[in-house]
Order: sequence, then C-alpha cells, then structure tokens
Amino acid sequence: MKSLAELQAIKEKMQGQVNLRDNDKSVRVVVGMATCGIAAGARPVLQAFSDLVQKNGLNDVSVTQTGCIGLCQYEPIVEITRPGEEKITYINMDADKAKEVVEQHLMRGVVVADYTINSSGMAK
Amino acid sequence: MFRSHVLICGGTGCHASGSDGIIDALTKEINKEGLEKEVGVVKTGCFGLCALGPIMVVYPEGSFYSAVKEGDIPEIVSEHLLKGRVVKRLLYRETVTEDGVKSLNNTAFYKKQKRVALRNCGVINPECIDEYIGEDGYQALGKVLTEMSPEQVIKIILDSGLRGRGGAGFPTGRKWDLARKLVPDADQKYVCCNADEGDPGAFMDRSVLEGDPHVVIEAMAIAGYAIGASQGYIYVRAEYPIAVKRLRIAIGQAREYGLLGKDIFGSGFNFDLDIRLGAGAFVCGEETALMVSIEGNRGEPRPRPPFPAEKGLFGKPTILNNVETYANVPQIILKGAEWFASMGTEKSKGTKVFALGGKINNTGLVEVPMGTTMREVVYEIGGGIPGGKKFKAAQTGGPSGGCISAENLDIPIDYDNLTAIGSMMGSGGLIVMDEDNCMVDMAKFFLEFTVDESCGKCTPCRIGTRRLYEKLEKITSGNGEMKDLDEIQTLCGYIKNNSLCGLGQTAPNPVLSMLANFREEYVQHVRDKKCAAKVCTKLFKYSIIEEKCKGCTACARVCPVQAISGAVKEKHVIDSNKCIKCGACVEKCKFGAIVKG
Repeated sequence: MKSLAELQAIKEKMQGQVNLRDNDKSVRVVVGMATCGIAAGARPVLQAFSDLVQKNGLNDVSVTQTGCIGLCQYEPIVEITRPGEEKITYINMDADKAKEVVEQHLMRGVVVADYTINSSGMAK
Repeated sequence: MFRSHVLICGGTGCHASGSDGIIDALTKEINKEGLEKEVGVVKTGCFGLCALGPIMVVYPEGSFYSAVKEGDIPEIVSEHLLKGRVVKRLLYRETVTEDGVKSLNNTAFYKKQKRVALRNCGVINPECIDEYIGEDGYQALGKVLTEMSPEQVIKIILDSGLRGRGGAGFPTGRKWDLARKLVPDADQKYVCCNADEGDPGAFMDRSVLEGDPHVVIEAMAIAGYAIGASQGYIYVRAEYPIAVKRLRIAIGQAREYGLLGKDIFGSGFNFDLDIRLGAGAFVCGEETALMVSIEGNRGEPRPRPPFPAEKGLFGKPTILNNVETYANVPQIILKGAEWFASMGTEKSKGTKVFALGGKINNTGLVEVPMGTTMREVVYEIGGGIPGGKKFKAAQTGGPSGGCISAENLDIPIDYDNLTAIGSMMGSGGLIVMDEDNCMVDMAKFFLEFTVDESCGKCTPCRIGTRRLYEKLEKITSGNGEMKDLDEIQTLCGYIKNNSLCGLGQTAPNPVLSMLANFREEYVQHVRDKKCAAKVCTKLFKYSIIEEKCKGCTACARVCPVQAISGAVKEKHVIDSNKCIKCGACVEKCKFGAIVKG
C-alpha cells in the first residue's frame, strides 16, 4: 500500500460489512423467515437484501428476519419501515424484485407499488 | 456477503470458559443447515462481561447470548440464524424485558460505559487487518504522515490532556515532546510499549492486545513519527500467549500492507516494530528495568536521571507508553484534542479502563469516563457485591496502590483524587473487598507479592519489605504488640524514601492506606487478638453449637486431622489444639451447627 487512496478503498469495501455489527439504524428491512416464508423462497430474498445493502453502503439500513405474520399465501413477505413513514409491506418477493426494491425504495425513496400488498386487492 | 455475523469472544476469559469449542460446534451446525454462505462466524476480543462467558453476539439483531454451552448451539442455529427467532432463554437476562429485548447499551453494565480504548474489542476480528481498517484503522497514521508535522502531532496530544494509563499519569504529550527535543542530534531513537502488565487482578492491556492489536501498532508508528524514531519494541509478557500470537499476526499484516516498513504512505517515513517477551518479573514493568531487559540483561532498574527521553534503550532517547495510553492516540488524532478533553475531569481527561475483580457480581472489564464515582462502578456497572454482603473497601493500583473505603465511594475517580485519599489510579485493577475480607490479611497478601517480586538490587526494598511482611505476620498470628503499629509506619516511610524504583517506593502503600483507613481493625488484632472477619486462622476457633448438633458424624468424617470427636447421635466436640481451621466441617454440616468464634 503506497497511498491513502488504497487505504480508503479497503475501508469502503469493509465498511458495509463491519457496519452490520452496528444495530443502531433507522431504516428496517424485515423478511419473514418462518417455515412458510422459507418454503416460499424467503432465504434468497433475505440474502439479496443483505448483499445489496452492504454492497451499496446503505449504512443506515438493517436487514433482519421475523416469524410468520399470518399471511402465508403471500410469502415471501418483506416489510420496510423508514423513519416518519408508514410501513410498506411487499409480497410474493424474489431476489430480482428485491434488487428493484433496494434500488427504488431504499436508495431513491420510491415505493415499488406493483409489489406491495395493496396491489393484490386484498387490503380492499 | 454474509447477512448475519455471529461474534464470539476469543479473549482469555471466554477462551478459558470454552469459546473455542463453541466456535467449532457453531461452524459445524451452520454447515449442516447450509448457512455457511449466509452467516459469518467472527472470533473477536473481549466484550468485558467475563463473568458470563462464553459470550456470543448475533448481528444484525445485536442479540447478546451469555454463558453459552455447546448443547445450545443447534437451537441457536435452527431458531435464530435460520428462522430469525431469537432464543430468549439464552439471552443475557439484563437485555430481556417484559416488552421485548432491549439493546445491550441500555443494560446496567454497559449504559454508563464509554468505550474509547476498548472501542474495537468485541467488535472486530483482531486477526483481520481489513476489519480494523473498516473501523477507521490506520486513518490516523495516514493523516499524520500526509498532513501534519511532528510538532503538530505532539501539540494535539498535549492539548488533549492524555496522561499515562500505566499508573503514574505523566502527560503523554510532554513525554513525547521531551524525547523529540532533548537530544536534537540523536542518530537513533526508540518507541517502546509497556505491555508487561503484572498487577494481580489487572488485565486491560491484555484485552486491548487480544481484541485490537492494530491500534497499538498504529499509535506506536504515530509516536515514532512525532519523536523521530524508526524502530519500536513491544515488551509483552510471555504469560499472554493469545496476545502475543495476535500481535505477531498483526505486525505481519501491517508489514505486508506497507503500514510498517520503509516509506510508509510514500511519506519517506520508516518505522518497524519488534516484540520482546518478558519472563514475568513484576519489576520489568518499571521503565528503566524494562529497557534493560529489552537490551538482553537482567531486569533491574537504574537511577534516573538520566530519564529515558534523554538516555533510554541502548543509551538512545526513548519513549515508553502503556498499551492503554496508545489505544487512545489514533482517535485523538482523528477526532481532535477537544473531543478527548471534553470527557473526564479538569486534570484527568478521557476514559479509564478498569478490571473488576474480587467480591463483585460482574467480574470483567469496563471503561468509564474519568470522574465516574466508585459507587457507580461497583454498584451500577459492577452489579454490586454477591450475597448481599456489605462493601468494605476497593483496592486500586494493585500492590502499588491503596484502598478506598466506603466513605470515599462517592469521590469522582481521577488521578489526583485517588492520590489525595492515599490510593492511586494504577494501571486499573480494581479489587473489591467485602465484610469477609480482613484488612491485615489483605495488606499481607499484597506485600507478599512485592516481597516475592522485589528484584533485590537495593536494600530498603529487598529487606525492608521482608521485615514489614514479618511484622504483619506477627499481628495476624496473634503476637502483635501496639508498638508494632508505629514501627510498621516508620518502616513504611523508610522503604518509600530510600528505594530506587517505583516498585519499592510504592510497595508499602497497601499497608499504609489500610492502616490509615482501618486502624481499628489492626488495633483489634493486636490488643484483643481478634480478627472480626474471621480470616486470620490463629485468631479464631471453630466450635459446635450443642443444641444444633444432631450427631450425624459428617463433620468428624471429613476432618483431615481427626480433631472432631463424638459418637453417633451424640453431640460432637472440636479439639482446637488439633484443629487446623480448614473449614471443611463447616461446609459439610447440614445443620449450621459449626461456627467461627
């Protein structure tokens, strides 16, 4: 290593990962990982969220798991809570949709309406 | 990338309570469930709560599992790691409340702590330089080498008010300044680190080296730049094998990255480090003896002046700082002198790490801002005294320090306040004593240590401490006379005034401060031949309360010297001439019939 820039590069690469160990964050992504969720494919969804949050250095976002919320037919379910906003619930998620949600919702603040529970007609 | 990190303490405390086995079991179970690409297992340094080891923390939730057993691992993996259901029954009970799980930082043990020197302990993998860099590691060295002059570095350390954490509290900036200026034409200077932590009950330096070795390396390189040295030595005791191993790994990684060696960050500054192992002599923690030992000679102190800043290691200008002192340096550089000086009291800035031991519930390592009271440390952070016993005193500074009695519990802890009440900051060992501790016996305990560890170079220390020990022994065996108390006082003064180095100069401190704070107890031993705490075996005897004895013979059978007689179902009697006061009978008696008196 001959320059500060190289040091900075390592720091940035590591920061997303080490940041996982700080549980004082304001944006929460919660993936349903009960038996129903796992059976419906929640593990790749959780992994995708976790990877993308770290890769993009979204240091204010925590990605955690939760149990069954009782809407098993809509699993994998992902809930996103941002400070001062209502909780958004995404349903029937997969890894590709997760990528879109990270890019749109987490990075740009735009809810991906097509994937939310409201779009299913169930909420009405 | 991992979605979850499981941090397991690999410090000496948790290592001893079996964390290696936990790591193996965990890795196996994670592989079995096919989670190896999703969950990372990280071996870290000390979390501080050694009493409840092995410690395991799962992120991103921050769930704090304590006293984990190998048998618990399958449940943690299948419930928590796979399904995200925290295993509440295994959580540190302080974090479990009626309405859910609260953050570790809100528990009594951590709430009042402020982690500066220990900031990475229990957070990063100490064997991975990248993780240290991810937590701003080597940024301070980069800043110093590319943006600051050595004078600016010294000024920021001076302004921060950082004082030596090894015990004496000498201002670190002034030490560096002297080493820079005293011999302007020196061809070689040295930076040394004192990791020869020898006080009974002190283990903060070990924990820093085990949990965050790179911080010491970075700080020593900064010090090297400040004073103009190109070589450093870390003097660490061989009894710290985990610390030595991690230091070696860390130095190797730093060299590989070019953070040690020639032309660091292209600045033209060269600096390298070597480890020197100490054989565990207490006197080698004294600065001149330490340097003599690094030179390869028998560790004995030499007179000062000349001070090391002028003539130290190999006769060259040298600075020697303690591990914890160094652990503060990089953050002072990054966050500024004002940030550091905003913590603490008027003359003692920053934080101090204490190793809690003795009669206290939360045995372990804590870091608090200077000015925190002893009451907060013992009762809030330390969780009080086991068994509802009464606090009697706390010993700070180990065998060189003194005790703090109950009436001084509310004094803010800093260098000057502790000195004013006849104790000292010391390196940070804090041994709590309750009503079951005898203060004559405690003084004898610490003195026995210094008698053993005196290097023998000068008479007042070598023979004086021995004579002092004999006086105390005379008192604890019931042969003391009132004039002994005065003679002890005189002898203490003589040893303090005439010893060459800090070991002898401070050796009488425990005796003096315990005598000052608990004179009544000493008088009781001498005049009444009584030990109220029932510790001094010659001053009490065991007897059997007739009404309570059922004649079960359990005591007679366990007595190693056949001092108890009595037939089955008849009252038993202890022959105090034969009794060696081992206490085995008391433990065996189910009826509470045997008492000390």
